[in-house]
Amino acid sequence: MLIQYIAFYVFAAVVVASAFMVIAARNPVHSVLFLILAFFNSAGLFVLAGAEFLAMTLVIVYVGGVAVLFLFVVMMLDINFVRLRQGFMQYLPVGAMLGAVLLVELLLVVGAMTIKPDIEALAAPMPPVERQSNTHALGELLYTRYMYPFQVAGMVLLAAMIGAIVLTFRVRTGVCKQNISAQVARRRADAVEMKKVVPRAGVSGGL
Amino acid sequence: MVEFPDINPAIAELWLALAAMALLLVGVLRGDSATRSVLWLGVLTLAVAAWLVWSNTDVSAVTFSGMYVADHFGAFAKVLILVGSALTMILSMDFLEKERVGRPEFPVLVIFASLGMMVMVAANDLLSLYVGLELQSLSLYVLATFQRDSEKSTESGLKYFVLGALASGILLYGATLVYGFTGTTSFTGIAGALASSEEQSVGILFGLAFVTAGLAFKVAAVPFHMWTPDVYEGAPTPVTAFFSLAPKVAALALFMRVMLGPFGGISDDWVGIIGLLSATSMVLGAFAAIGQRNIKRLMAYSSIGHVGYALMGLAASSPGGVRGTLVYLAIYVAMNLGAWGVILSMRRLDGGMVENVEDLAGMARSRPLLAAAMAIFLFSLAGVPPLAGFFGKFYVFFAAIDAELYLLAVIGVLATVVGSYYYLRIVQVMYFDEPAPSFVAPAGTTGAVVAVAAVFTLFFFLFPAPFVAEANLAALALFP
Repeated sequence: MLIQYIAFYVFAAVVVASAFMVIAARNPVHSVLFLILAFFNSAGLFVLAGAEFLAMTLVIVYVGGVAVLFLFVVMMLDINFVRLRQGFMQYLPVGAMLGAVLLVELLLVVGAMTIKPDIEALAAPMPPVERQSNTHALGELLYTRYMYPFQVAGMVLLAAMIGAIVLTFRVRTGVCKQNISAQVARRRADAVEMKKVVPRAGVSGGL
Repeated sequence: MVEFPDINPAIAELWLALAAMALLLVGVLRGDSATRSVLWLGVLTLAVAAWLVWSNTDVSAVTFSGMYVADHFGAFAKVLILVGSALTMILSMDFLEKERVGRPEFPVLVIFASLGMMVMVAANDLLSLYVGLELQSLSLYVLATFQRDSEKSTESGLKYFVLGALASGILLYGATLVYGFTGTTSFTGIAGALASSEEQSVGILFGLAFVTAGLAFKVAAVPFHMWTPDVYEGAPTPVTAFFSLAPKVAALALFMRVMLGPFGGISDDWVGIIGLLSATSMVLGAFAAIGQRNIKRLMAYSSIGHVGYALMGLAASSPGGVRGTLVYLAIYVAMNLGAWGVILSMRRLDGGMVENVEDLAGMARSRPLLAAAMAIFLFSLAGVPPLAGFFGKFYVFFAAIDAELYLLAVIGVLATVVGSYYYLRIVQVMYFDEPAPSFVAPAGTTGAVVAVAAVFTLFFFLFPAPFVAEANLAALALFP
């Protein structure tokens, strides 16, 4: 039990700290790296909560896909972040005010919220976690009950892939490409020409 | 163990998905030179799918754990979608070749969009509704940008994508509210939950309003129509033709299924919303089109107006109304297909496409047959008897009066009168104005589609009975 508590506080503290660093870091690449750290630690929190499937998807989708994409965008596009931040102090009061309003609203919502008494039963996983891990349970549902939308979603992804290729792929002319088979198939006779060189006359025969 | 679901009702969708992947492989391996053959194979694929749906119209089944429903209504809409997609694919061949934008991915994306539309009209669950809608929308976004070297085309694709994503978000928000307040995403379950509780909570109505707004965006009903003129103008012309046909049918069919299925029990709460959407669409479609000079923009406003008429049948929320909307949609597909075929033939002798109304001037002298066909389509779009368009309007007006929506019917008739002005103005330009430079002869494929559409539009009044009977059976499937 104690180890779980320690793990929880470590993960939670790192998540909060790295989330803060995401907005505080000067270098945008560092921001993205901190974001990845935050994702990893949130995944740790999910594992602690017994939702290992969510933890895995968080790492795969967010770290593997979204964050790497961010990194690409940040490094490829030359965005001047210093200039983006110039108006920061000027807009700070307005931003702080909006933040305060949101905070009050959130407090009101949380304060007025009542939890339905039987929600515990509704929200409990089916089948119980002790009998079957939630990855297993999700997989069973996904490939049986939800097979149809799952397959159509696959078609959606295929269409998206074809679309991306159609819109970006172009055959470029004037590019020198390596042709390995031509290189390997080259024989000595094609490449070397023997010439009888007359002294003081050169290859062209002294003309 | 869970039993493997019965896949027989969804055989057409499976065929389409597998064939699209096979065509993709052919396209990738053979390269851009295979575009024409892949296009024809795509037409064949869609035709086979239409035949598969048509030969199974009697099947009425729910499968995939209640997420997919096959019934007569779905079959009618699917055949319409598949025929519309196949014919627009034939229309696009000439354009793709002459503008050098043809690539084998084009037909594949059209088939993917059609598959998404079939999933939409067969949806029996909010989840399958959403994935179908997204499959259709994603393919359409890419198709709008297909002419990627053109600034207009990329702009239209980007606009469509951003606004479409927003609309999907709104729809999803509504879906979560409905799920939260009924506890289920299944259409049958939602209908049951609404029937069992005596008083509807405000949350359900909020969810209903958001879902309606999302769907209204997809059918481009006023006030969610802003994207239509820009997207229609910018997208490559065959893609615009595609936009105004099959996706409209799919979105309206889905609209009817959602409103009359899960929310059928609380129709008093939404009839007003749909009536308002319908009335404003008809009025805006009629007035805003008057000032348009670009024919693609004009057709965009015209399609907004036509969605208004189609929604009138839904506002009636009766079997007669649904029958009216289905007949309307079928006729709309036919006459619009022909009109787009003519617009796709507006190519000058020097090879450039033109798309202004003035460019049609004097076409009656340079291309008399094409001008005559265009006149038939325009008179039909305006709703002049005895052309097909008149019958479409007749059935929805009839249903609206039956449901005592007199005000809506009166607005509809007035909007028709206003709308006739801009349709007839094009006829006037074609027949009485000083001739503009002539057009090249239309390609054989385009000409054939225009001819078929013209014959259908002109002679529909001779054989409406089997057609209307079929639509009637389809409509009754929504009212158990």
